[in-house]
Amino acid sequence: MATDVDVRPTAPTTPPKSGGRRGGEKDAWPLLLPALIPIAVFSVLPLIQGIYLGFTDSRAGLNQVTRFTGLENYRDLLSYDLFWQSFRIGLIWAVSVTFLQFVSAMGLALLLHQNLRFGWFARLLALVPWAMPPVVVGIMWRLMYDPNYGPVNGFLGAIGIGGDANLLGNFSTALPAAIVVGVWSGMPQTTIALLAGLQGIDDAMHEAAAIDGAGVWRRFRYITLPQLKPVIIAITSLNFIWNINTFDLIYVLTNGGPGGRTMLPMLFAYNEAFRYGNFGTAAAMGNVMVVLIVGALVFYLRSRLKPEDGR
Amino acid sequence: MSVGRVTKQARSFQYAALLAYVVFLGFPLVWLTSTAFKSTREIALGAAGFLPESPTLANFGDAIRRANLVDAGWNSLQVAVASTIFVTALALPAAYGLARYKTFLRPVTLGWVLVSQVFPTILIIVPLFLILKQFQLIDSLVGLTMVYVVFTLPFALWMLIGFVANIPRELEEAAAVDGASRMRILVSIVFPLLRPGIVATAMFSFIAAWNEFLFALVLIQTPEKVTLPLTLSRFVGAEGQVQLGALAAASLLATIPSLIFFGMIQGRLTTGLLSGAVKG
Repeated sequence: MATDVDVRPTAPTTPPKSGGRRGGEKDAWPLLLPALIPIAVFSVLPLIQGIYLGFTDSRAGLNQVTRFTGLENYRDLLSYDLFWQSFRIGLIWAVSVTFLQFVSAMGLALLLHQNLRFGWFARLLALVPWAMPPVVVGIMWRLMYDPNYGPVNGFLGAIGIGGDANLLGNFSTALPAAIVVGVWSGMPQTTIALLAGLQGIDDAMHEAAAIDGAGVWRRFRYITLPQLKPVIIAITSLNFIWNINTFDLIYVLTNGGPGGRTMLPMLFAYNEAFRYGNFGTAAAMGNVMVVLIVGALVFYLRSRLKPEDGR
Repeated sequence: MSVGRVTKQARSFQYAALLAYVVFLGFPLVWLTSTAFKSTREIALGAAGFLPESPTLANFGDAIRRANLVDAGWNSLQVAVASTIFVTALALPAAYGLARYKTFLRPVTLGWVLVSQVFPTILIIVPLFLILKQFQLIDSLVGLTMVYVVFTLPFALWMLIGFVANIPRELEEAAAVDGASRMRILVSIVFPLLRPGIVATAMFSFIAAWNEFLFALVLIQTPEKVTLPLTLSRFVGAEGQVQLGALAAASLLATIPSLIFFGMIQGRLTTGLLSGAVKG
């Protein structure tokens, strides 16, 4: 900052900048280092090592010598069909869950913003999944989907579609059934973020538009959505990342089955590492995922952040 | 909203939609609870009544005995409490430092919170497993606690920085003018004002550790050291579809502590997250 120039003698009464410092940087270090060093040692370093492991043939077990193998893992991965299948499933899962989370949370946030009676109750319910262990969420939905005992079949039967299937055990229905659970468990952060965004919009804009004769839909389309855009982009991006990295929920719900139909990439990499002991291959899968996730995000952000056409 | 007049029709549509949300969000919870109180016979018959016909506590006894709930609960409690204490003790001074001093570590730390989201845990967990193995911290609750502390800290910092930024700087400056030492200012002025933020951070850390699954799955091996989520996940495999009642009861018991904590902080947690996002 320019105030570092030695002007103090001439302007001794200048009040300190409100965002400025008190004391030098070194003064802060005793406060910061006890927290930041463990983070560096036990998460930044392992991450770097993990990225490196993806270029080695590291394996589990004693007396294993790890060699640097360059791109060999990636050449092997190219022809590893099961991995790509799992990645495709991961993409379908992440995109559908993120999209449905957004749509349903948007609906709920709009309702909660109306100050309806019992709105507080729905708000509280929407937050509960946040507090539950993901393992319990998985168990709970297994109870819901249970072919003999679960109420979902009864409900589907009552409205005349299916009604007697093992939804989580069936090749064609397992992934959609799991997606519903993903949406349920991701409602809290999405709803809260959108609701906070809605509360930040100036009511005067809506009033002005209403006076000009804009209906509910037009006000939503031309005021609410543009105003919410930053929040929407942030929360959908984060949701996408979280969803494609989902592990515990699926581990309990289906453990990747039936026949790998819900084998999300994290679960696949976990099996590769800790069931088959191929640390190097698993880390390589992690690296591939990072590249593809970042690629997907760049693509998404570029398409969202470009200025509105012709306006 | 104050805009326009909402027609009666639109109002009833809104309530219908709200009801649909309540059912979608709430029904699974009701079902879990109701299953926990149903007798084995009632569940086996598949007569899926909304409420238990003859409520029983048998499932809870069954769950406690079979799923190793007491030991696992004790392990979870130790890990969660220790992790909460360390996270709070480390995050408090650091969040203050990051909020009040101009240092390059601030964008670095906040950047790390975001960047770390992109990397799949698998990339960290394999090397972490190898590192902890060297220190003989595999299959140990101490090692697990350490991991939880490290992985909860960034988010705790993120939250607390927002709370610190909300404390008017003038209060501290006034105390400094009156001759209070840096330490004195922290203890007598900043920490008391931060209490809501500290409580929220502590409870957040507790819930995070209490609910965590993947690290526990990889790091814990002996049955005596399993945490609750771990024992629950094994209970699913071992019991298959037979013991649904006990499974539900165990799940319910495992959820209660974090649900209670969460209920106490949910308002603050959301404002904390948002203020952290804005002011951070």
